[in-house]
Amino acid sequence: MRPLQRTAALLLAASASAAASAGEINQADTAWILTSTALVLFMTIPGLSLFYAGLVRSKNVLSVLMQCFALTCLMSLVWFAMGYTIAFGSEGVEQGKWIGDFGNIFFANIGMDSVTGTVPATLFAIFQMTFAIITPALIVGAFAERMRFSAMLLFSTLWLLVVYSPVCHWVWGGGWLGSMGLQDFAGGTVVHITAAVAALVAAMVMGPRRGFGTVAMPPHNLTLTVAGAGMLWVGWFGFNAGSAVAADGSAAMAMLVTHLSASAGALAWMGMEWVRHGKPSVLGIVTGMVAGLGTITPASGSVGPAAAVVIGLTAGVVCYYATSYLKNVLKIDDSLDVFPVHGVGGMLGTLLAGIFCSTQLGIFSGNGFSDGIDSIGGQLMVQATGVVSTLVYTVVVTFVLLKLVDAMVGLRVDPDEETQGLDLVLHDERGYDL
Amino acid sequence: MKMITAIIKPFKLDDVRDALNQIGIAGMTVEEVKGYGRQKGHTELYRGAEYVVEFQPKVKLQIAISDAEVENAIEAICSVASTGKIGDGKIFVSPLEQSIRIRTGETGEDAL
Repeated sequence: MRPLQRTAALLLAASASAAASAGEINQADTAWILTSTALVLFMTIPGLSLFYAGLVRSKNVLSVLMQCFALTCLMSLVWFAMGYTIAFGSEGVEQGKWIGDFGNIFFANIGMDSVTGTVPATLFAIFQMTFAIITPALIVGAFAERMRFSAMLLFSTLWLLVVYSPVCHWVWGGGWLGSMGLQDFAGGTVVHITAAVAALVAAMVMGPRRGFGTVAMPPHNLTLTVAGAGMLWVGWFGFNAGSAVAADGSAAMAMLVTHLSASAGALAWMGMEWVRHGKPSVLGIVTGMVAGLGTITPASGSVGPAAAVVIGLTAGVVCYYATSYLKNVLKIDDSLDVFPVHGVGGMLGTLLAGIFCSTQLGIFSGNGFSDGIDSIGGQLMVQATGVVSTLVYTVVVTFVLLKLVDAMVGLRVDPDEETQGLDLVLHDERGYDL
Repeated sequence: MKMITAIIKPFKLDDVRDALNQIGIAGMTVEEVKGYGRQKGHTELYRGAEYVVEFQPKVKLQIAISDAEVENAIEAICSVASTGKIGDGKIFVSPLEQSIRIRTGETGEDAL
């Protein structure tokens, strides 16, 4: 089954949500997507939250947990109110190129009997909601330890509506990138590139943490980070295999390639450190895992197992170098390395999907080009268009949003407050009282 | 009376305690400390960010003993705490003016 399937499902839904009985519910598909929805929510709380919490200094541990938790709540409501209809909205007419229509504002026309593809429309809406939660939560890593909580809430709300939801429409909602044949099964462009590019812009606009580059800022509790990483891996099965929006061969293959890529990415990063630094680190192996997962995400509906191993290995090595480069050469304080892991991985994976979807590569063959495309070159052009357009759009709009929020409430806490730590200053609490 | 302060490698603590027990020194105060001498620190690497950690973890023990026991105590500590590698630690000996056992009010060597 082609990655375009999600779009196709939605086009089907265009008529479905207007005339509620147009589609048939498949119970197996429904059961799997119910499960996947829970898995993807599990990625953010507690997976990503713990992963990030362990990486910051102890005085900021609660602030990061709070940001992820509050975003889970807030993004759910924003998605309910407006986000969903911008991404997938339909009153039964053909979908627009740029955004959906406002037929599903406040989840209007989504009732118990509405069907999207072969699953209840309610289920599709909440499954997609979990993606709309984790994407802004990923950005938290870039501005960790210095952003005002109010500014973070305001920025994330605007960002979800103006960046995430439209791009989601372009790729999955029947918009122009999906129609062009972009293969992005589970969110290389929609999730990882948007989040990571926004992260990079945020890190640059806000500037580095006080003492970045001179004061040691080691992770305060890698045990939390490793626990969170394990949860991310498990949850990612729902993220990628759930993106088939069906319980079928495509979902099973997505799960298989996801797992292989994670394993290969983890070992590749570990190996790089072992060779270059002399010791394999725990943080290294789990970061390589995230790189492998982020990179296979767009390709998980396009490639076979052998290609997945190649993609994972490439991700581990490339993201390893990207992380060092950003930190030590460009001196950008993307505090928890969102861009070099998710952004570089997302772009790499989106491009590699264009190569390894070919059916002519022997054991490395994938599931075929999109309709109307007959060569690797042709598919790569579409993939590159997806990457570049998502990147440029995200850079410009995120920059404007950050400046706007800065003018309204101020993005950063005072230097004095930053030194004290956000837990006490913003929340009147301490993470640890030992 | 003397106060012996010994900075040793943490994993040698049990051996040193046993050795001191064997020569009849039955009390000590132990702390986990950090510091550096010739050994210097070490580097830690987190995703490409390298931090030099200058202080090494060590154990500091303090023993108050009579003048007569000093040589034996130093010998006992040195014999078991030495690995021959850099970072084995140091022993400092300083004069001790007075000691008092709080429960009984005994003073001087009787209180040791």
